[in-house]
Amino acid sequence: MVKVLMKGNEALAEAAVRAGCRYFFGYPITPQNEIPHYLAKRLPEVGGVFVQAESEIAAINMVYGAAGSGARVMTSSSGPGISLKQEGISYIAGAELPCVIVNMQRGGPGLGGIQPAQSDYFQAVKGGGHGDYRLLVLAPATIQEMVDLMGKAFDLADEYRNPVMILGDGILGQMMEAVELPSEDLSLKIPSKPWATTGAKGRTPNIINSLYLDPLELEKHNLHLRNKYEQMRQESMGETYKTEDAELVLVGYGSAARVAKAVVDQGRARGLKVGLFRPITLFPFPKDDLQKACRQANDVITVEMSLGQLIEDVRYNLEFKVPVHYCGRVGGMIPTTRDILAKIEVLANLQGEGEKV
Amino acid sequence: MITVFERPKSLTSAKTHYCPGCTHGIIHRLVAEVIDELGVREKTIGVSPVGCSVLAYNYFNLDMQQAAHGRAPAVATGIKRVNRDKVVFTYQGDGDLASIGTAEIIHAAARGENFTTIFVNNAIYGMTGGQMAPTTLLEQVSQTSPQGRDPSLQGYPIRMSEMLATIDGAVFIARVSVHNPQEVSKAKKAIKKAFELQQAGRGFTLIEVLSTCPTNWGLSPREALKWLADKMIPVYPLGVKKTPEEGEI
Amino acid sequence: MLQEIILAGFGGQGVMSMGQLLAYAGLEENKYVSWIPSYGPEMRGGTANCSVTISDKEVSSPIITEPNTLIVLNRPSLEKFEKDMQPGGWLLLNSSLIDLEPQRQDVNVFKIPSVDIASEKLNNSRVANMIILGAYIQLIGAVSLESVVKALKKVLPEYRHDLLPLNRQALELGIELARKVL
Repeated sequence: MVKVLMKGNEALAEAAVRAGCRYFFGYPITPQNEIPHYLAKRLPEVGGVFVQAESEIAAINMVYGAAGSGARVMTSSSGPGISLKQEGISYIAGAELPCVIVNMQRGGPGLGGIQPAQSDYFQAVKGGGHGDYRLLVLAPATIQEMVDLMGKAFDLADEYRNPVMILGDGILGQMMEAVELPSEDLSLKIPSKPWATTGAKGRTPNIINSLYLDPLELEKHNLHLRNKYEQMRQESMGETYKTEDAELVLVGYGSAARVAKAVVDQGRARGLKVGLFRPITLFPFPKDDLQKACRQANDVITVEMSLGQLIEDVRYNLEFKVPVHYCGRVGGMIPTTRDILAKIEVLANLQGEGEKV
Repeated sequence: MITVFERPKSLTSAKTHYCPGCTHGIIHRLVAEVIDELGVREKTIGVSPVGCSVLAYNYFNLDMQQAAHGRAPAVATGIKRVNRDKVVFTYQGDGDLASIGTAEIIHAAARGENFTTIFVNNAIYGMTGGQMAPTTLLEQVSQTSPQGRDPSLQGYPIRMSEMLATIDGAVFIARVSVHNPQEVSKAKKAIKKAFELQQAGRGFTLIEVLSTCPTNWGLSPREALKWLADKMIPVYPLGVKKTPEEGEI
Repeated sequence: MLQEIILAGFGGQGVMSMGQLLAYAGLEENKYVSWIPSYGPEMRGGTANCSVTISDKEVSSPIITEPNTLIVLNRPSLEKFEKDMQPGGWLLLNSSLIDLEPQRQDVNVFKIPSVDIASEKLNNSRVANMIILGAYIQLIGAVSLESVVKALKKVLPEYRHDLLPLNRQALELGIELARKVL
């Protein structure tokens, strides 16, 4: 296979098409506009449909209708738009429909900014809308990984009948990197969906619904969803880098993890025993892998482009056994290797002096 | 024995939750009869909204999707774009369509989405207990306009059919009523025509049906029918607002 | 080898495609590359810029805060980015449009009146950016002329491939001019 140079948003869009996605409903917002631009051209070529909706709210409800009809369908947006979609996402989770939602994060709150951020972490991993539900959340760190996770995202969505979120950011959307695309598999089999509304031909009607007026019934439904989320644990993925002997472990996802990885090499060059743990699934959080990676760690630092959101899950998943510190930039700023190294050296010196941090 | 009357195949045997004297039942039946007559029961997908008809998926013997409040036209867009050869309809009340879902209905019409909307206008929010709707008449008392709707405070009733008739993507828009047998018969003709135009791939169709809400209007079923005729029709004149051909239905 | 390059100029001067050419050329030589544009309202009218990384190792962050090469085609870009440069780096500037002297004493400076040269020697001011790119090839040696020419075929749409010889000429001219100063 040949590597090509592609913009993240375009590579993701092409990967979606190759994963069998034929329907896209969206509304313009920076920094994800190249996804709809690309699909507006590409989907009609493969017999698919692109609709620019009147709002993000309409777009996600179009996704609901199409997903309920059994199609592989996707929408994409960024922070403010994702907030608008939360109503629909909650309905989709409640009605157990498979779809993929892309969030190319930008700084917030409110209109915030348009530069890359990771400030929608809580929104993504804790549900986001009303009611007890979860999304499967995948956090690629390179364009190649974004492409590779696209097929997986659609497969997971179908398998669990649950919305899957690709949590990227402005960097991943806007940058160009070398990428190897999956081959166009024309015989790609999308799992059959006997529950979909396609017209009740020779069968009893199918109903797509999230309403349960009887509290006992709704509780049953909630517990069923919980079981599903429990089962999703087996899908958790994380990557370790030089953690075998690491006394200090950096934890970060997506773009922030790329910077952290460079820090590991620079720190090692200075004789510091630094490693990196990078969650690839943010829900389910790869708890066991994290704990393993931090087995010998005296300290853990989260590297994040949010104001201490990831750190809460890292502390929780380490069961508060290791001190976890924060290092990040927000508002569209990117943490630099220099920032992170400085933090590491402060901690290393404190360790050397035998002080408890 | 000759059967002279039976339940349409497109309705289930479920007992509805509608109040006594409410005309939702009639409108359900008209839609179901049209679907039966067109022979499309096994290729029709309906969308029920939030509002009194939220449970319509239990009453129509069809594939159904339940939509978020106001979003039925967006959901129907998704369904129809996937199921291009199927018949798709939304069934929406006035709060759903004319308030929270105004953007969705207007843009579905503007895109010329090839589905049919049954818009049930009873000038009040029923399910939530009788609040003012965008279609509530001036001086009409509701829970949230206890002194009667005052235009200086609460603005004016909105005529959705007339508005939608100005949109190029809409092919057939009509307002009908179900307050007497003659009008019921006309209403059915209009609904049938909308479905037929959809089958012909012509674009967006909407039938606004004036309907009663005896419970929240505080009237008996008989008084409610009269109130509809006397008070609502002058504000919401019946008739075809837009049609691909000349002439009446 | 780690080249962290910022290219900046007015929109329409071709900084985005210059950056893409460098990234493609690096890829052609099996290096790790990344390209990221500035995006948002500032790309309309004002100064456009992109960051390109060419490296022997995986690229950590594609966002460059301290470039070791800075290529500026207009004065606001010089004023904006000069202070961020790494000491010892290369600053290439288009002196046809920049009448300002660089302040930094700790970087290598190559001034080239690329618009004038493009107009005079090639009768086409639009390839001014290619002359500067040629100079970059000669001065830094991160990518070869041949790789950039191959990259041109990818960046230029097929119907513009008649412009390939002109672009090559401009690149070669830049190489020659830079060779003279070295």
